[in-house]
Amino acid sequence: MQLPIYFDYASTTPADPRVVKKMQECLSLDGNFGNPASRSHSFGWKAEEATEQARSDVASLVNCDPREIVWTSGATESDNLAIKGSARFNKAKGNHIITSKVEHKAVLDSCRQLEREGFEISYLDPNSNGIITPEMVLNSITDQTILVSLMHINNEIGVINDIESIGKITRERGVIFHVDAAQSTGKLPIDLSKLEVDLMSFSAHKTYGPKGIGAMYARRKPRVRLEAQIHGGGHERGMRSGTLATHQIVGMGEAFRIAKEDMVQDNIRIKSLRDKFWDGLKDMEEVYLNGDPEHRAAGFLNVSFNYVEGESLIMALKDIAVSSGSACTSASLEPSYVLRAIGLKDELAHSSIRFAIGRFTTDEEIEYTIGLVRNAVGKLRALSPLWDMYKDGVDLDTIEWSTS
Amino acid sequence: MAYSKKVIDKFENTLAEPEKHSVGRWDPSESDIGTGMVGAPACGDVMRLQIKCEPRNNSHVISDVKFKTYGCGSAIASSSELVDMLKGKTLEEAKEIKNQDIVDALELPAIKIHCSVLAEDSIHQAIKDYESKI
Repeated sequence: MQLPIYFDYASTTPADPRVVKKMQECLSLDGNFGNPASRSHSFGWKAEEATEQARSDVASLVNCDPREIVWTSGATESDNLAIKGSARFNKAKGNHIITSKVEHKAVLDSCRQLEREGFEISYLDPNSNGIITPEMVLNSITDQTILVSLMHINNEIGVINDIESIGKITRERGVIFHVDAAQSTGKLPIDLSKLEVDLMSFSAHKTYGPKGIGAMYARRKPRVRLEAQIHGGGHERGMRSGTLATHQIVGMGEAFRIAKEDMVQDNIRIKSLRDKFWDGLKDMEEVYLNGDPEHRAAGFLNVSFNYVEGESLIMALKDIAVSSGSACTSASLEPSYVLRAIGLKDELAHSSIRFAIGRFTTDEEIEYTIGLVRNAVGKLRALSPLWDMYKDGVDLDTIEWSTS
Repeated sequence: MAYSKKVIDKFENTLAEPEKHSVGRWDPSESDIGTGMVGAPACGDVMRLQIKCEPRNNSHVISDVKFKTYGCGSAIASSSELVDMLKGKTLEEAKEIKNQDIVDALELPAIKIHCSVLAEDSIHQAIKDYESKI
């Protein structure tokens, strides 16, 4: 077993060795380095063939037409294009957009920009399990609503929104439905021939592909119209200009092809590892699982260790790589907005750790980490005045804290 | 977060050998103990500093210190560093300790200055508590 152990697969994943091999074939003179837009020679044709194969592989994972896939630089750009592009194109129809408080910043910040341009945004509160229900969406739609943007799987706690039911509502009301699926490719089956989703964002690097490449799905029937956000050359049917990055695209295609092939076995294995992990922690005192225990993607385990601050726990767990909802690990010094939105008290948000398990996690790593976590939490609690008070039966909510 | 080696060492040593680094607590009602507790759980850090004092000459000397801290790595390192500074000092000398002394000793990054301020507050509270008993 090699240290440190990687438990941050929701942040990014290593590229699969099969992906790396394909990418390497598209860079040098003896490889497939041409510009896919070059029509006048075989270098261009060959490169185009590779990017179109990748487009088919991506489309195949989510069961859509390859012509509905637009290459972007990643899910952030896809979110920007989908939200700003569709809102600006459709502004004559209405100015109201619905999203939620637990979206990725790429969605929230795009919405903030639209607010500055005069759009009105409803930020839905999730239920205490972190989920946005179809009813919440239904109750928020007005005759001014043009767009609903929600994530498929939440990136902090891994809970799953029912995009099938939400899509029925938006379709019936003639509202565009965008889904950020950055976390869900390879984790959940996605069938766009059945889902009534109009726009979807994908990322390669959360699914064992390279960073710097993503895609956006734009439905053809019924057709969703967008205003391009990047101009110059008219690539991707005018929706996203810029020379196609053959090696990146081929990497994403291969990653998504593998995801389709391996998804079922991968997820059975990953879920059993996650359950084993939680089984090894849940008998500890004052330990809480964050997010819906059932409607949750396989790799996510977000846990709060009460009376222990998350950043100090990460430091004590120096042999494993995780992330925390603690303020001290964020640039803003605010605890996780996702955990706060699901109603977690600030101190439990400060105490949270996200363990994200993936394709290369082993049984041995889980066993080792359970021991490590139990030991570190024990040591930090021995150092925690709050733990003393809890053990003495003091209710921390009754104390007047001196905040400087 | 790029911590200095000093913060990391202080944190790891304190965690590895808590007793040697004065982790613990005394009964705050004892007459020779001064207790200061600062911070708040919702803010992510709480420090409890206790000083044991004895009269000497015309002053009072801090003969021993105990602490417990809930907080990030630098909050724990700052408390532990403070404890080292306090032992053997008179109350007058202890009052002179400034948060900048902790910042300098640990090479705290700017975003963690708050931890050193909390540590300084904890001394003042502990001394005030002890002085109210004499």
